[in-house]
Amino acid sequence: MADATTEVPLVRTGAFDLKWQPGFGVATMVCLVLLYAPMIVLFVFSFNGSDSITRWGGLPNWHWYTEAFADQEFRSAAMNTIKITVVATIISTLVATAAAIGTTRGRRFAGQGAIYTVVNLPLMVPEIITAIATLSFFSLLAQYAGINFGIGNLMLAHTVFCIPFAYMPIRARLEGMDERLEQAAADLYATPWQAFKRVTLPLLVPGISAGTALAFIVSFDDFTITQLVAGPGQTTLPLYIWAKTRRPLTPELNAMCTILLAISILFVVGSFLIANRRRSKTE
Amino acid sequence: MHGQAPSIAPRVAAAGEAAISIERVSKSFGGGEDIVRAVDDVSLAIRKNEFFTLLGPSGCGKTTLLRLIAGFEHPTRGRLLLDGQDISALPPFKRPVNTVFQNYALFPHMTVAQNIGFGLEMLGKPRAEISATVDRMLKLVRMEELKNRRTSQISGGQQQRVALARALAPQPKVLLLDEPLSALDFKLRKDMQIELKRLQHETGITFVFVTHDQEEALTMSDRIAVMNKGKVLQIGSPRDIYDRPAERFVANFIGDTNFLDAELESFASGIGTVRLPSGARMNASLPVDAAVSNGKVSVVVRPEHARLTRDLASAALKGKLDTVVYFGTDTHYHLKLASGEPFMVRQQNTRDGAAAFAAGEDVGITLSDNAVQVLRD
Ligand SMILES: Nc1ncnc2c1ncn2[C@@H]1O[C@H](COP(=O)(O)OP(=O)(O)O)[C@@H](O)[C@H]1O
Ligand SMILES: [Mg+2]
Repeated sequence: MADATTEVPLVRTGAFDLKWQPGFGVATMVCLVLLYAPMIVLFVFSFNGSDSITRWGGLPNWHWYTEAFADQEFRSAAMNTIKITVVATIISTLVATAAAIGTTRGRRFAGQGAIYTVVNLPLMVPEIITAIATLSFFSLLAQYAGINFGIGNLMLAHTVFCIPFAYMPIRARLEGMDERLEQAAADLYATPWQAFKRVTLPLLVPGISAGTALAFIVSFDDFTITQLVAGPGQTTLPLYIWAKTRRPLTPELNAMCTILLAISILFVVGSFLIANRRRSKTE
Repeated sequence: MHGQAPSIAPRVAAAGEAAISIERVSKSFGGGEDIVRAVDDVSLAIRKNEFFTLLGPSGCGKTTLLRLIAGFEHPTRGRLLLDGQDISALPPFKRPVNTVFQNYALFPHMTVAQNIGFGLEMLGKPRAEISATVDRMLKLVRMEELKNRRTSQISGGQQQRVALARALAPQPKVLLLDEPLSALDFKLRKDMQIELKRLQHETGITFVFVTHDQEEALTMSDRIAVMNKGKVLQIGSPRDIYDRPAERFVANFIGDTNFLDAELESFASGIGTVRLPSGARMNASLPVDAAVSNGKVSVVVRPEHARLTRDLASAALKGKLDTVVYFGTDTHYHLKLASGEPFMVRQQNTRDGAAAFAAGEDVGITLSDNAVQVLRD
């Protein structure tokens, strides 16, 4: 829709405009360069023909990617990461959806505000503290109850810290949704379950896909908690890449990082597209 | 799942029988100091096939009363009957009542046809029946061409029609409409008023219509309940409400009114004799269902039930003409009565203009025999 707000002013008036202040352009450029230049360098050197990560040599080629994929430990770290991330993303999104519905729909109940705070608190707790707390929790569990879920420990830990990230966009979407739509469904003979399935859920898709994307990213690249909780044979990609930096650096590292980045981008773009398709349908 | 519209046990409907009975229903929100009595001890009987209007200012509890009927709220006290059956405890999806929401609340992720078919689908009707009914509804609201549009791609007036069709499709016993026309512009609104009357006539469904617009209420309704502060002040036909307001609030809310202090001298069978401030004695109608006693009363006179005259001897009231406002079809004369109170007379304009009065003139006011109404309060 073309309306007045999308019109580009042809003449700059003398009036104060926050968007047009001297230095803004330069500052923006500096930020963008600082943010993206290192990544571009990383990406470019993953195709390096020599074995230096700082000096270019030879012809660009896929050598370091072949190397990375041939690395048994890298593949197993990738497998671990995928297992943990998929489980944590799915479960945390489900729990977050239920929590968001519980805190925005139905009767107000005592302690609703408290629940909101409790769900979101982990976002504000320094991660190292969560990590150490989680570590001691699993140690206690192993010591006194003899329980160790193996890689399940990591899945559980990831699920838990992903919940607030998934919760935020879902809750925001629910709060923005007109409750009268659900009432209209009930008015038209939909049982609460039917109303949820046919009206609430389809309209919630953009929120859920944003929540899923956040949970995925947070779990996928988690280092601190994973580092402390991971047992032997539970190395994930970030841990493996970190370990690699302890040895002589080769562009193989660049290739691995690029793969990690590519997976993240693919996932985020995918969920963005889903959300957008739904949104353009409904708004 | 239901297979059938959640029907309430069939009974033979007697003529004029209540579709909905609201028995001493109250609904309050909050508690303690901050308690809001949104609906306060309301009793109403809405007849079958009636166009019944809830009229009152914003915040008087109209929406809450409608939501109580729909089942989105449950009464704090009292009960609601639909066709004689107590529905107070039923959830909305089990009440054969549909709502046209104030903002339409159309499902944005469905097409026009899917919206209209939603209720039937939830009732588990066969596909063929749903599509036939949807087509019939589209025709009824004259929206056939927009069947497959998304609801975000149609205008406000069209959304309004879809909301109507969606609520009518399951053939509810009662249709609830919450200020359905308030978002439309003047012209569209006038068209939709006629359209709504036609739909009600064609479907034979009982309409409960909410509005704060007195003119809309008067032109559309079979009966009107005037509400204020959670209470129903008066129920009656538009004529009753306009000509025979029971209370100052009703008289004030609907149309222009002159209030006078008067003295009730005697009364019998609904007619009393009042002495106006000028000393003139007039017959006056008494409020229905309310005890009156001789002594000081307030009376109202509608501006068009009074006429100006230069024959001061025969006039019931006398005064000085303050301002004259010309409106084309009629003229409003604002007077100051001899007793000091303001008074307005509305007179139809004629072509000759000979009878026109001028500001500053001393004039008399004659009242027809039925013009004076005694208020309850
Ligand atoms: N859910 C609610 N919680 C608290 N107060 C409410 C609620 N719904 C309505 N009210 C109050 O009840 C009164 C009547 O509201 P409403 O029925 O919406 O009036 P109307 O439709 O006539 O404008 C208002 O004072 C409103 O603030
Ligand atoms: Mg309202």
